[in-house]
Amino acid sequence: MWDTLINVERGQELVISIASGKGGTGKTTVATGLVQTIENCSYFDCDVEEPNGHILLQPSIEQTEKIYKPVPAINSDLCNCCGKCVDVCEFNALINIKFDIVIIEEMCHSCGACQHYCPHEALSMRRKEIGELRKGNTGNGVLFVDGVLKIGEPSAVPLIKKVIERVKPDVVNVLDSPPGTSCPMIEVAKNSDYCVLVTESTPYGLHDLVQSVDVLKALRIPFGVVINKFEDAFKDIVDYLEANDIDLLMTIPFDRKIAEAYSSGKIPAIFNNEERNKFEELFKRICSKVKTTGAEVV
Amino acid sequence: MCKTYKQIVVLSGKGGTGKTTISSAIASLLSNKVIIDCDVEAANLHLTLKPRVENKYDFYGGKKASIKQGKCIECGICESICNFNAIKNFQVNPYECEGCGFCYRVCPEDAISFELQLTGRYYKCDLHDGSKFYYARLEPGETNSGKLVSELKEKAISNINESVKWVVVDGPPGIGCPVNASLASADYVLIVTEPSKSAMNDSIRLIGLLRILKLRAGIIINKSDLNEEVCKAIEHYAFLENIPIIGRLPFDEQVIQSLREGKSIIDTNELYYLKMKDAIKLLKNEIRDHKNKLVEI
Amino acid sequence: MKIAVTSQGGSMDALLSERFGRCPYFVIYNTESAKFNVITNIGEQMQGGAGPKAAELVIKENAQVLLTGKVGDKAKDVLDRANIRVIDGFGEAISVRVALEEYLNNKIE
Repeated sequence: MWDTLINVERGQELVISIASGKGGTGKTTVATGLVQTIENCSYFDCDVEEPNGHILLQPSIEQTEKIYKPVPAINSDLCNCCGKCVDVCEFNALINIKFDIVIIEEMCHSCGACQHYCPHEALSMRRKEIGELRKGNTGNGVLFVDGVLKIGEPSAVPLIKKVIERVKPDVVNVLDSPPGTSCPMIEVAKNSDYCVLVTESTPYGLHDLVQSVDVLKALRIPFGVVINKFEDAFKDIVDYLEANDIDLLMTIPFDRKIAEAYSSGKIPAIFNNEERNKFEELFKRICSKVKTTGAEVV
Repeated sequence: MCKTYKQIVVLSGKGGTGKTTISSAIASLLSNKVIIDCDVEAANLHLTLKPRVENKYDFYGGKKASIKQGKCIECGICESICNFNAIKNFQVNPYECEGCGFCYRVCPEDAISFELQLTGRYYKCDLHDGSKFYYARLEPGETNSGKLVSELKEKAISNINESVKWVVVDGPPGIGCPVNASLASADYVLIVTEPSKSAMNDSIRLIGLLRILKLRAGIIINKSDLNEEVCKAIEHYAFLENIPIIGRLPFDEQVIQSLREGKSIIDTNELYYLKMKDAIKLLKNEIRDHKNKLVEI
Repeated sequence: MKIAVTSQGGSMDALLSERFGRCPYFVIYNTESAKFNVITNIGEQMQGGAGPKAAELVIKENAQVLLTGKVGDKAKDVLDRANIRVIDGFGEAISVRVALEEYLNNKIE
């Protein structure tokens, strides 16, 4: 698909996360655009609540694996409903109904305290399915991994952890983060060497960008910004970046054609030479940033 | 006091399809309402509605453990029992700690504290037309956004008086914990989608969740003329699922322009104003038609 | 028999609370002794899982019937497991006393 792919030196390991506070700013567009530019790289869709990378990258899925979280199970022959497990559960996942203990599995964080504190060894841990891990390849040799959270399962983090476990050594790994600034986003960002924040030229985009910047500063992850739906006349974001000495990595214009291409599942980089060059530039800039800031991070 | 209002929750699954734009339009077209922005990680509605903050509340999220250095004898038990690998070198990493309290209970020296954390704030506000608006801000990097959503909604709903007819909730993206919290006691869900394969994929997952929760829903297709093929696919899916399409809004660059100017789209665009008015009429009918029966979608 | 009623206040004349998991109080009425006691609902300050936790409280108090507005699915499952009869759909316009009378009279009829 590409004439010139950027060659990454063997043995060079790099984890780039693509994040944004606001949803729909173009994380997946940037992530998949980037993936197409780098030779021998892998893509991880960590937005397990709403994974969409597969729509743009269209990988052939070679392997699916069910993912489980441990939840307690009670052996009623041994349990006398003393309620010790209920007392130590911070998440209200265990309810004492006098003649039995009811387990509300959705609430369980798998901390294991209930099992540890049961005086009668009546608790064991069993597996509850929380989603699926899919592994495959895109036509041009990109390793593709995503997680699909089971609908109704409230906590995405355990599945995100499983996706990130598949990060490959010695290559460039691109992590497509879920939106927001809370646990799922942090789980992804903190596991990366560099984070690309994608925002858009609107007050909403700016407002949410500021919050994401705070998170990354607290996590001490180096980062830069891509402005999507870029509008020259809207200066607020560029001004903010300048005032705070934050790198502007790339801008993507606001164009109905890009929106149309995305809607039918196309990666902008594929059909436009100019965009493609921009993604190559983007990757080069990231590499240079990681090299210069790398010493502080490690 | 009987419940006099209906609660509409605006969701999309995928972010950026126009939840907040549509919510702000609904906010200005309905009277006797209370508006709640439940996207606490990326709250934006207040940027358009420009409310006057009347009251501020502290939010204490989950508890977190921390090791009291003087008391710790470095036995390492806490580290060995922590399932989240949050303890290393006799220190708790607050970003890894899930707040289960296991270490605090297990510590033989009572050297671990386990306290509630101030992790956000929420605001009760007045809008220009006198109605109430609530929004929240989760401190960046904090966890437990679902809890903040619950508390915010609790606060808003406990302050409702009899004159309120509508509660409009601008929801968060996704289908996880904060979405579940924003759906508590909803009467109707408004799904804002757009004709892209990603948005459709996400809407289908969202509808899956709504079915589990036995909630009724209607769909607004935003940017409806962006991709005719996908738009038809969404309409077809909605038809099979028996979910009404209550509005279609065409793609218009003016939308993003009014956003930049901090204005509601219905104030700057006559067509959107008329389309949103019709959509709200349909929405009201939908809710009224099913007044006393719980219909599964 | 004990009947639990979700309440906004700590007396028989307090208004009923439509909410179950986060009601401020439960009034527990004993039909044999015609006496009542009031318990504070710990779930009010709880952020997650308040419903099932409130159900636990009702079970602990040995109530056999619950009068309230709306009970969530998870709490309902817990109450069902403990064989507690749930009468929901009560509004907040009536007092605990009136709700109890309504229930007991209907039952006799």
